[in-house]
Amino acid sequence: MIRYILRRLAWAIPTLLIVTFLVYVALRIGTNPVESYKRSNPRVTPEKIRQYIDINGLDPNYVLGYFRWLNNFVTGNWPRSIKGSREVWPALKDAMANTLRLGIAATVVGVFFGLIFGLLASLRPGGRRDIAINTGAFIGISIPPFISAILLQLLFAVYWQRWFGSSLFPTSGVYPAGHTGFDLFLMLKFMALPTIVVAIQIVATYSRYLRSSLLDVLNSDYMRTARSKGISERRILVHHGMRNALIPIVTVAAIDFGAIVGGLIITENIFSYPGMGLYFLKSFGDGDFPLLMPWMVIIVASILIFNLIADISYAWLDPRIRLE
Amino acid sequence: MAFRRFVSHKAAVISCVILGLLTLLVIFAPFTSRYGVNESVQVPPNSFLTPRANAWLGTDDIGRDLYSRLIYGVRVSLIIGLLSALISVTIGSLVGAIAGFRGGKFDDIMMRITDLFLAFPFLVTLLIVRNVLGAIPWIKPLSGDMNSVRFIIILFSIFGWMSVARIVRGQVLSLKEREFIEAARAVGASRRFIIRQHLIPNSIGPIMVALTFSVVGAITGESTLAFFGYGPQAGDGATSLGILVGAAKGAVQTGYWWLAVFPCFTLVVISLSINFIGDALRDSTDTQLDRGL
Repeated sequence: MIRYILRRLAWAIPTLLIVTFLVYVALRIGTNPVESYKRSNPRVTPEKIRQYIDINGLDPNYVLGYFRWLNNFVTGNWPRSIKGSREVWPALKDAMANTLRLGIAATVVGVFFGLIFGLLASLRPGGRRDIAINTGAFIGISIPPFISAILLQLLFAVYWQRWFGSSLFPTSGVYPAGHTGFDLFLMLKFMALPTIVVAIQIVATYSRYLRSSLLDVLNSDYMRTARSKGISERRILVHHGMRNALIPIVTVAAIDFGAIVGGLIITENIFSYPGMGLYFLKSFGDGDFPLLMPWMVIIVASILIFNLIADISYAWLDPRIRLE
Repeated sequence: MAFRRFVSHKAAVISCVILGLLTLLVIFAPFTSRYGVNESVQVPPNSFLTPRANAWLGTDDIGRDLYSRLIYGVRVSLIIGLLSALISVTIGSLVGAIAGFRGGKFDDIMMRITDLFLAFPFLVTLLIVRNVLGAIPWIKPLSGDMNSVRFIIILFSIFGWMSVARIVRGQVLSLKEREFIEAARAVGASRRFIIRQHLIPNSIGPIMVALTFSVVGAITGESTLAFFGYGPQAGDGATSLGILVGAAKGAVQTGYWWLAVFPCFTLVVISLSINFIGDALRDSTDTQLDRGL
């Protein structure tokens, strides 16, 4: 097991390098960092431009430039952002913290309700409850997150205010303007709508996953054996059913990371929630290469880590999987 | 058999009817719409009218009829969805079939690339590929301007083929091991004969399913891009569902509910209908399901 993990880890590093190289090339072609630097600083001296090219690794030769960038990145010699010449790490750190909070809240809420709905649906397949849950999940998948965000904003913020005098949930930010310090209640209130939007997608997907996975398990031979031994239904469901049905789901969950981040990007933008998504869209719009590259590295690294977790947990949870 | 199974899905049949009606509305847009795309419903003041007799779904900021604009917008969006889905299904089926049939290096590399693309958050890849595509000079004559509808179609074709290729590859891989293919090979059938007579007919079901999901992907994708200001620009006398949904963002805070609700509702109805049809197609063409349930 440990050898397997080590081997996978050893593979992850070259993969990370290759993918970041591809991202580096794509960003250089797509956002043209030197041009956007000149655009933001029209009266900049050639000396400054040379410095900028140097620290960002924007060598005309892509391979050379990539290694120059990598060298600066690894040694912590990060370039400042094009717009406003800000430090990158503090902004990135705040964005990450905010997104992690939103992402974890949405995942916990989403997976919890998703699993409950999936379980309820699979108990009596084809029944009325099953059909209702299935249809609901289907509708949930078909609604893009920005649509549910707009409609929820319209209902709970704008029209709630018209009907009842004050809006139920605020629609933007983490705290009201001018607020300082930590306030859990206020934070939860601000996070409620974005969390619901992201969670809708998660609930819909997971209830479907669990339903189909549980149905597979419930029809298997060892379930019949367990029943014939006279074990109670509840114990069968929890000990045999859920346990085996969750194995494929753990894998899917880890691979779904990209989809959840995608939902977060859209949601954060609509709710002006200062997380990774807003950070990306803003810096992408400005063509801000120094801000974009570290973001990309974090995303690529997280995708690789979650894939690794998926493989390892699968091998660990299911003794039938052979590692060789 | 497959047809009967499809018809037994009530939701799918209703979806077909809805989509059919919508298509008719859209094809005969000059007759079914009440005003032109950029025509205002009445002399000013005409902006932000609530739904009423001369503007069924209300008007927008410069007094244009939302109902007529929706019809023209759905027209553009359906064209984007169908064309890019057709292109991506064609490319995807070919690549997937070759990868599955040949196996080996080509298969490995293909699947690595698609894995990578699909693991990234969709919007991030979409935006970056869009910019890269727009920055490569020799693609320009083919794809047109970055804000043109043609560019969007090509962009979604580049994205769509990958998931199709995965589906077709999986199908071909499992078919390859089946007895009847082995039997054909044993009696000396040529590779081309096997592909034409066995592989393609047996993959039509999954390909059709992939087609429906590509259409939905392109239509919602276009709306997402437009929502964030990267979508097609309305030329003279044109709009798209994405542009209308994008305008909804501004309408929320001011409380012009009709500008948000109707475009969003249209988009959801379209994607839901196509998804239902795709789901029913999958159920009815999947021969594995014959064992019941």
